[in-house]
Amino acid sequence: MRFAILALFASLAIAPLAAKAGEVTSFELENGMEVVVIENRRAPVVVHMVWYRVGAADEPPGVSGIAHFLEHLMFKATDELESGELSETVNRNGGSDNAFTAQDYTGYFQRIASDRLELVMSMEASRMDGLRLVPEDIGTERDVVIEERNQRVENDPGALFGEQMRAAQYLNHPYSIPIIGWKHEADQLTLDDAMSFYEQHYGPNNAILVVAGDTDAEEVRQLAEKHYGVIPANPNIVPRERAQEPPQLAERRLEYSDPRIGNDYVMRTYLAPERDPGAQEEAAALTMLAEVLGGSPTTSALGRKLQFEEEKSVYVAAWYSGQSVDDTTFGLVNVPVPGTDLDQAEADLDRAIAEFLEEGVDADKLERIKTQIRASEIYSLDNASGLANRYGAGLASGLTIEDIEAWPDILQAVTEDDILAAARKVFDRRKAVTGHVRSTPEEVTQ
Amino acid sequence: MIRFALTLAAFIGLAGPGQAAVDIQEVTSPGGITAWLVEETSVPFTALEIRFRGGGSLDRDGKRGAVNLMTATLEEGAGDLDAQQFAIARDELAASFRFSVSRDGLSVSARFLTKNRDEAIDLLKLALTEPRFEESAVARVREQILSGLRSDQSDPNRIASELFNGIAYGDHPYATNLDGTLESVAALTREDVMNAYRDTLVRDRVFVGAAGDISAEDLGAVMDALLGDLPTGGAPLPEGVETTMSGGITVETLDVPQSVALFGHTGIPRDDPDFFAAFVANEVFGGSGLQSRLGVEVREERGLTYGIGSYLVNWDYANMMIGQFATANDRVKEAIDVVLAEWEKVASEGVTEDELETAKTYLTGAYALRFDSNASIARILVGMQMDGLPIDYIETRNSKVEAVTVEDVKRVAQRLYRPEDLRFVIVGQPEGLDSVN
Repeated sequence: MRFAILALFASLAIAPLAAKAGEVTSFELENGMEVVVIENRRAPVVVHMVWYRVGAADEPPGVSGIAHFLEHLMFKATDELESGELSETVNRNGGSDNAFTAQDYTGYFQRIASDRLELVMSMEASRMDGLRLVPEDIGTERDVVIEERNQRVENDPGALFGEQMRAAQYLNHPYSIPIIGWKHEADQLTLDDAMSFYEQHYGPNNAILVVAGDTDAEEVRQLAEKHYGVIPANPNIVPRERAQEPPQLAERRLEYSDPRIGNDYVMRTYLAPERDPGAQEEAAALTMLAEVLGGSPTTSALGRKLQFEEEKSVYVAAWYSGQSVDDTTFGLVNVPVPGTDLDQAEADLDRAIAEFLEEGVDADKLERIKTQIRASEIYSLDNASGLANRYGAGLASGLTIEDIEAWPDILQAVTEDDILAAARKVFDRRKAVTGHVRSTPEEVTQ
Repeated sequence: MIRFALTLAAFIGLAGPGQAAVDIQEVTSPGGITAWLVEETSVPFTALEIRFRGGGSLDRDGKRGAVNLMTATLEEGAGDLDAQQFAIARDELAASFRFSVSRDGLSVSARFLTKNRDEAIDLLKLALTEPRFEESAVARVREQILSGLRSDQSDPNRIASELFNGIAYGDHPYATNLDGTLESVAALTREDVMNAYRDTLVRDRVFVGAAGDISAEDLGAVMDALLGDLPTGGAPLPEGVETTMSGGITVETLDVPQSVALFGHTGIPRDDPDFFAAFVANEVFGGSGLQSRLGVEVREERGLTYGIGSYLVNWDYANMMIGQFATANDRVKEAIDVVLAEWEKVASEGVTEDELETAKTYLTGAYALRFDSNASIARILVGMQMDGLPIDYIETRNSKVEAVTVEDVKRVAQRLYRPEDLRFVIVGQPEGLDSVN
């Protein structure tokens, strides 16, 4: 069965894999806007996305959550559009739209019949440089964001603890701050905060247009030049300059208790390198490490050992996602069978990893993962939105088209030695945060 | 994200490709099993959706959670393969099998490459016809389910839906969660799992949808191979629900900063002549956009919630009109008052011409967007068959939406929206709010 408690991690197990999706074209407009077109004629539908190379990790100090709050406010009025008009027009034309904010990027997208592409493009262009916020927009939308935080985080003890883990993982880098913002800062955000972030970071020279589906490069080029090409580059935009991590020399350990926790568990994250342009090999090895170590609960090394052979765990997993501008994390979790002391659960996890490093990688297992990766390239051709996300997120995370397209082959080339070398390097406790999460506080023995 | 993804929307039984030129073939296998197929050869794989009517509602008395436990154990070893050998064989083929269960059906969602089709079908057949249900596998999966249930005990959404279902469905299986309780699941044995298997996976309750790189002839052979050896019969299907829910407010206290609200009353049958009018009315009232009346009044104007929606839900044995939102404990009362006022307004006034047109253009245009992958097409094909829709439904569906008038909406709104029958279930620490029966 697929375990539900920590399903989030399972979905990260196989990192996005680039597909050689036949017709991928890219070019740049004169104002610096990057354009990717993915032709896919499965249905008379297009996905139109604009990705900005700015996310929560680019916020100034003290206004955490402003990137995400601005994302909400981008649905208000512009020079040409009334508040709410963009979504309403998309709906009136039988489309759907939404947006998302991550640490490294912010994206806006619509799915709509392919003959309405120009309509959504004209509206998306309007909010690229024409946002017109008024004070009345702020209070109500900020309440909405606080309710979003309540729903996603405050009502979920696992999410609250996740925030504490990240805060402890990063000593200096802004990845330590939650995307939605700390509550005490998110509920004080102002119109000025939003406009200043907008004026600093939004513009064609910080944006990537991805159009996927029932269209072609020529059509997109014409429309993009007409609607986005006329927007002048924003001179405020400068290359990202974020505070970087100092050497991490001291292990961090967290004890967290919340009566709402249903199952006690141990979680650990290690600081880990990300995919870099032209240098994705170590990230590829870590991606494969996460798979062989804790990808599948049934056949991974940790699952086999702790769930099947020793029956000490209800659920155990490893995860890693290399798509990140700066240092990312490699994660492990062990949910032991009830009644197990968490010190014991942690020791079991460490012993199982030590044994894995000793025994090496199951060659058949590695080959099966590579088979699945090859197959996933075929399966991915089924859905234009997935392809659009792959290119958009990759480019917005600092990779090039060549990096994105080389990734499947780099994964195929990973060897057992690569995996073990990456493991020995990443499993450095000085760079790790270990959390013990339980429903009742640990009793202090005298 | 600007918008909360409202998963309940998936339960609305209106599915089918719009302008997308989707050509559905009805395929009857040599052995007499019927499937609907959309052949699409551009990508060399097939998505296959198999559903057995009954699902989680077929649990025997005192064995709540048995069908769910059985379903989760289907892939834990079959034939001469144990759980790990089965997973290895599946991974070697790069196939994917998902087994899931809902109130009305047990679903098998399979995906396999054309070049591995025969081997993948052989393996899936093992899981469906020769599951081992070993003691150790049952025990392991049971512990995983119990672990999930322990987490759910503090989840306000789960608590709210349990309360609501208990009130709505009396002694029908719908009244309780199909994954059972800590007590019922802990007591389940291998024999209960075997019984649940025999009660549920029967050939005469099966519905099949396929989309992708497979011909009608090949699909016929695949169905006979996969399903031909299954027995017929199964446990008796449930009776229809006599919903006895009354209007009012049920408060359950839980120490969380945000209260979760579920609300609803009975809905309208899928085959009611005014069903489409009701469907369009609900799109105006509580549909997926921020522009629905509930979205505007509760979120956009007052900032009371991140997401609110209302849904017409047509289960096999009950038709409901339900909605949900979550809001800070000190604002629950205000949000309830707004929802009630909107309920009264739509019941007495219906919707405007402009609202109706907006909803219609959205619904008819968005229809094609549902058909974005082989897997979604296969699921839709099964849903259509289980709902008893004709195979040409897709071509006529948009014209049924188009034909709805403001008069139709006004007529149906008077009987669909009944503020006096509306029951709110609130889980949290809502301020100034007490249960009202």
